[in-house]
Amino acid sequence: MNHDLVEKNIGLMIIFIIIAISFGALVEIVPLAFQKETTEPIKGLKPLNAMQLTGRDIYIREGCHVCHSQMIRPLRSETERYGHYSVAGESVYEHPFLWGSKRTGPDLARVGERYSDEWHRAHLFDPRAVVPESIMPAYPWLFNNDIDGDMVGRNMAALRKVGVPYTDADIAGAAEQVAGKKEIDAMVAYLQQLGTLLKYKR
Amino acid sequence: MSSFWSMWIVVLTTISIVLITWLLFSNRKIKSTKANQTTGHVYDGIEEYDNPLPSWWFKMFVASIVFAIGYLIAYPGMGNFPGLLNWTSVGKWENEVQQAEQATESLYQDFMNKDIPALAQDKKAMRLGKRIFANNCAICHGVNAEGSYGFPNLSDHDWLYGGSPEQIRTSITNGRSGSMPAWGSMLGHDGLAAMTDYVVNLSKATTADDNPAAKQFAMMCSACHGADGSGNQMMGAANLRDNIWLYGGDAGRIKQSIAKGRNGQMPAHHDKLSEEKIYLLTAYVYQLSSAENTNKP
Repeated sequence: MNHDLVEKNIGLMIIFIIIAISFGALVEIVPLAFQKETTEPIKGLKPLNAMQLTGRDIYIREGCHVCHSQMIRPLRSETERYGHYSVAGESVYEHPFLWGSKRTGPDLARVGERYSDEWHRAHLFDPRAVVPESIMPAYPWLFNNDIDGDMVGRNMAALRKVGVPYTDADIAGAAEQVAGKKEIDAMVAYLQQLGTLLKYKR
Repeated sequence: MSSFWSMWIVVLTTISIVLITWLLFSNRKIKSTKANQTTGHVYDGIEEYDNPLPSWWFKMFVASIVFAIGYLIAYPGMGNFPGLLNWTSVGKWENEVQQAEQATESLYQDFMNKDIPALAQDKKAMRLGKRIFANNCAICHGVNAEGSYGFPNLSDHDWLYGGSPEQIRTSITNGRSGSMPAWGSMLGHDGLAAMTDYVVNLSKATTADDNPAAKQFAMMCSACHGADGSGNQMMGAANLRDNIWLYGGDAGRIKQSIAKGRNGQMPAHHDKLSEEKIYLLTAYVYQLSSAENTNKP
C-alpha cells in the first residue's frame, strides 16, 4: 500500500488514528454504561444524607483521597484486612467516585463502623494521639469550622441532575440537618457509613 | 450482559484483530527490491531509506496477535464467552480464600478445643493472635495493648467490663457501649468543684465523709460506680478508687468527665471476624495481662 496517502494528508491521518484508538474504548468502556452490575445500586444503597454528603465534600477538599483509596480488590490479602471486595453497584451515586489508586494510608472503602466515633474524632484531631506511628496530618480546624447549610442543598440539587435520587424534601431539609454542626461531625458521619452494606466475616 | 452487548464486543474485537493483521501484512515488504532504495524524499540532501521491517520486529507483531487470540480463547474477553479456563477474578479470590481456610481449618479446630487459659499458653496460637490483634485491635488499643486516652489499656489488671475469658469474649463479639451522662448543669459550678475534689480524693483513699459532695455522690454516681466508687463491671462503670484513668486523672480532666460526660464505644466484631478468630483474640487479650506476658512495659 502507498503510505504517502496518509503521510501527506494530516486530516486523513487524524481520522485513521481516531478509528485505531477508539476500538479499546468502544469495547471496554461503552458496554459498561449499559450493564446492570455497574448502573444499578446494590440492595440497601441510599444517597448520602446532608451530613454525610457534607463530610464527603470535606473529604475531597482535604485531599483524603490522595492518600486513601476506596477500592478493595478481590484478593485475599486485601479482603482479610479490609473486608468484602468493592463492587460497582456501591458507587452508582458517587460523583465523582473516590476509588483512587494510591495508598499512603490504608484503604477506607469499609472503614464504616469499624472504629468508634470518638476514635475518629481523636484521630482526626491528632493522629499520633491514637496511632503513634502514624504519618497522617492532623485536621484540627474541622472542629472549629461551621457547615454552610445552603451549600448542601445546592449540592444535592446538582447531584440530582446527574441521577442521584434526592427528593425535594431531602433538599429542602438539608440546611436544617446540618444546622449548628461542625465539619468534624459531618466528616465522622461520612466515614462511619463507608462500605457498611456488604459484610464479610474473615 | 445482554446478547447485543456481547455481540458488540465480539464483533469489534474481531474487526480490530483482523484490521491489525491486514495492516501488518498489506504493508509488509519482504526485502528491498534494489540495494539502498530510498523513498524518494530528500530534505536538505538527507534521504530516507525504504527498508522492510526488521524480521524480529515483524515476528513480534505476529506473535502478539497470536497471543491475543490465544488469550481470548482461554480467558473471558469475547462478550459472554467465559473462556476455556473459566477464570473470573472473583473465582480466583474464592479459590484463594478456600485454600487458606483448608490450610488453617485444623489449626483453628485445635484452638477451639482448648479452653482459653490453656490456649493463652500456646505459643503458636499467641503468635497468630498477635497478628490478628495488630490488624484489628491495635489501631485503638495500641500495638502493645497499652491503650491511650479514651481507649482502655488491655495489658493491666483493670477491666471496665471484666477480665474473665467469657467477659472478654463478649466484649469483642458484641462490642460495648459505655455512657456516662453529663452532670455539669445538675451540679452547678460549686457542686462540680466539690464533686471533682471528692472523686480525686476517692482514688487517694483519703475521702472525708464530711465532704458536701458525698451525699450527691450517693445520689447521682453510686448507681453505676457503686456506693464506695469501686465501679461496676456489669455496666462498664469505672473503678474510681484506683489510680487508673481512661480520660485522665488530673483534677481538670476529671472535672471535664463529670461536667460533660463520656461516651466509650467498642465496636461489635461478630459480623467482621469469624468465631474462631474471636476465640483466639480472646485468649490473646487474656494472656496480655497475665504474669507471663513479656509485652508489658
